[in-house]
Amino acid sequence: MENVLLEMRQINKIFPGVRALSKIDFTLRNGEIHSLMGENGAGKSTLVKVLTGVYQRDGGAIKLEGKEISPHTPKEAQECGISTVYQEVNLCLNLTVAENIFIGREPKKHGFIDWKLINMRAEELLKKLNVDIDVTKTLDHYSVAIQQMIAIARAVDVSAKILILDEPTSSLDEQETQRLFKIIRQLKKQGMGIIFISHFLEQIYDLCDRVTVLRNGELVGTYDVAALPKVELIARMVGKDLSDVKDFGKKEEKSIPSEDVFLEADHIGCTGLLMNMDVKIHKGEVMGFAGLLGSGRTETAELLFGIYSITKGQILINGKKLNIKEPMAAMRKKIAFCPENRKLQGIIGDLSVRENIILAMQAKDGMFCHIPYKEQVRLADESIKLLNIKVSSREQLMKNLSGGNQQKVIIARWLVTNPDLLILDEPTRGIDVGTKNEIQKMAIHLAKEKGMAIVFISGEMDEMVRTCTKLVVLRDRKKVAEIENDDISSENVMRAIAGGDA
Amino acid sequence: MGKLKGLTSSSLFLPLVALAALLLFNIIFVDGFLHIEMTEDGMLYGRLIDILNRSSSLIILSLGMTFVIATSGIDISVGAVVAISSAVVCTLIGGRSDGAAETPMVLAMLAAVGAGVLCGAWNGILVAKFKIQAVVATLILMTAGRGVAQLMTSGQIITVYYKPFSYIGGSIPGNVLPTTIFIVVAMVLLVAFLMKKTSIGLFVQSVGINPTASRFAGINVTMVIFLVYAFSGLCAGVSGLIESSLIRAADANNAGLNMEMDAILAVALGGTLLSGGKFYIGGSVIGAITIQTLTTTMYAIGIASDQLPVIKAIAVIILCLIQSKRFQAMFNEWKNRRNSHKDLSMAEKAVDKV
Repeated sequence: MENVLLEMRQINKIFPGVRALSKIDFTLRNGEIHSLMGENGAGKSTLVKVLTGVYQRDGGAIKLEGKEISPHTPKEAQECGISTVYQEVNLCLNLTVAENIFIGREPKKHGFIDWKLINMRAEELLKKLNVDIDVTKTLDHYSVAIQQMIAIARAVDVSAKILILDEPTSSLDEQETQRLFKIIRQLKKQGMGIIFISHFLEQIYDLCDRVTVLRNGELVGTYDVAALPKVELIARMVGKDLSDVKDFGKKEEKSIPSEDVFLEADHIGCTGLLMNMDVKIHKGEVMGFAGLLGSGRTETAELLFGIYSITKGQILINGKKLNIKEPMAAMRKKIAFCPENRKLQGIIGDLSVRENIILAMQAKDGMFCHIPYKEQVRLADESIKLLNIKVSSREQLMKNLSGGNQQKVIIARWLVTNPDLLILDEPTRGIDVGTKNEIQKMAIHLAKEKGMAIVFISGEMDEMVRTCTKLVVLRDRKKVAEIENDDISSENVMRAIAGGDA
Repeated sequence: MGKLKGLTSSSLFLPLVALAALLLFNIIFVDGFLHIEMTEDGMLYGRLIDILNRSSSLIILSLGMTFVIATSGIDISVGAVVAISSAVVCTLIGGRSDGAAETPMVLAMLAAVGAGVLCGAWNGILVAKFKIQAVVATLILMTAGRGVAQLMTSGQIITVYYKPFSYIGGSIPGNVLPTTIFIVVAMVLLVAFLMKKTSIGLFVQSVGINPTASRFAGINVTMVIFLVYAFSGLCAGVSGLIESSLIRAADANNAGLNMEMDAILAVALGGTLLSGGKFYIGGSVIGAITIQTLTTTMYAIGIASDQLPVIKAIAVIILCLIQSKRFQAMFNEWKNRRNSHKDLSMAEKAVDKV
């Protein structure tokens, strides 16, 4: 095959108790955008980490431009010309944008760091990506989307031959995604090989030339994207028959909300976070908060859960006014919250799955009402079965689980507390199609069968349209519209977000 | 085989090996190391008992320190708190030469432990509530604490002649073992009870690993952090009783001097990472005994006390290396290479023979 840039042959990787990769072949050509696809835990991230030197392979060979390489650290991989932007942005929030771009390879003048040059070059670099920001400000001034762009700028600048993008669009909106794609296509024209990992099928079909599908650590095959229908791709990923897959997109019967109001937020707001929000959540209702990043959807959820306190308005639960100053106050009123940032706000990585599951319940019971070990085991085992969580045992460390399974554990943590209101903030981000579907169905199921009120927050319009019976649309930290039942469609929501006839 | 593997992978394995190695060294090179005899006044006496006796206050300090370090904090004030506790108990009992106590001893002891808890609570408020970095927050009391102790004793060393006071560091008449051993056992049992019957262990680990996620799960992070410092203060208070009783005096300048460092070292030797998270109480206890054994060994084989720190440092480096994961991996690699080299040369020889 001509102009082969990278060749990975028979790659094996074994983790204690798990065969993460088994005899994977992967070929990347010059000027190609190649997608890696598979469900959670299929081995995409592991394969990338073997390539970038985060993990050492246990067998097989990697050839870059015909030469065999074995990077031992990400730095060595970078020196070979392999740059990566990971799923979770790996930058330092307390450093400036310019520092983040040049960290570890600062240009020097007379042995000292040349700050002027750093700032100038950083600015130039970002301008090329159409990002016009102050590079001397620290990173935490900017949204996750901008941070993602900065991470890409950094990766590209390390004169890469291969650029790996692991879920780069999961926190970007449509416009930003298109901007990113423009850059990626530009890089492709320069002959760079690009490995693009994403759960968004449309994006794969929009952008990629070929796709390699993995399942359970094994290679399913490599295909030309143009010649592979979407349904077939999904079928290959989940390893099911086409007929099963056709049900995937099918709507679950939505839940019908009851007349009883569980929670009423009466013109609530918080200085600097949320200007104005007014909402009534009924029992058995699946409600969506729609809006762009930073529109106030997450902030509303955090106010309802007591992460921050409201500075105006009032919150009524079952008709009674309540002061929610800390999460425990919300938890006592049977409110549960799965936060947006799983890694930072959700998981306790070094604790076991069992401990992660019982954590919220234990916090609610208090330090001195220890849940007996047997009871913990029962709760954990039940949850693992109920939510179909893939673990080697309930004592497996949380950090060794794949993203989707971690998310399920966090949901399980709240389900065992038996909440009346469950807030799910981006529960499906960075999760494969199959699990996504499971979570959506679970949300509807909980509302229908248990009369639980659910708040569903997601950047994916499809998902919201499919699951919610009412959508509250936010823009610029205010509620701008409410869309109900049959009026719910992607188009209507988009129009409301964009500020059409609100 | 499976059992053996379970044993070596246990978190206590390496700390135990380190201690066992030291004890073995002692048994071989120190005469009468295992010898225990009964003295005339009905006390058991021997080097082993001496080690346990002398490591008691360090063990108690490292119990508290383990929890603090597990929340990814550190408490460098415990040495000074030991001094404060000593000052409180001695001042209250008083240095009357007729051997009478000015305050009932039980009250004085409670007051001393209470003072320790107060100091810990102060640290806890600074760290948990005002979010001052632990080193800085506890540095305040580390430097100021001895001054406070000096003020209490009016800058003098108060010697206590009240007889029962010496029972704490010595032994209660009629008992064959030093009182300190009972105190240590009581403290360890208390901690074991807390670990078994409450969720403090889970919450402390959770906060140490990911404080943000812990808060999102409803844990009162501020309270957990406050409590661990308060408990560390309590432990320092109890240690202060032992330290002052041993010398029957309150020496504000020297009581508990540098003990904070030994306590931190004990925790580290026990396998708890200073970055917080998982912690091992048993490991810390063994670590503390190891440190004391080391000191006793040095004295026993005749190393001068001014050279002691050097020898101790070397031993500590070795112990830490043994426990380092990276070092273990390097060692294994080296061994494998050597073995394969040996196999190769043996194979060559075999070929030669043919």
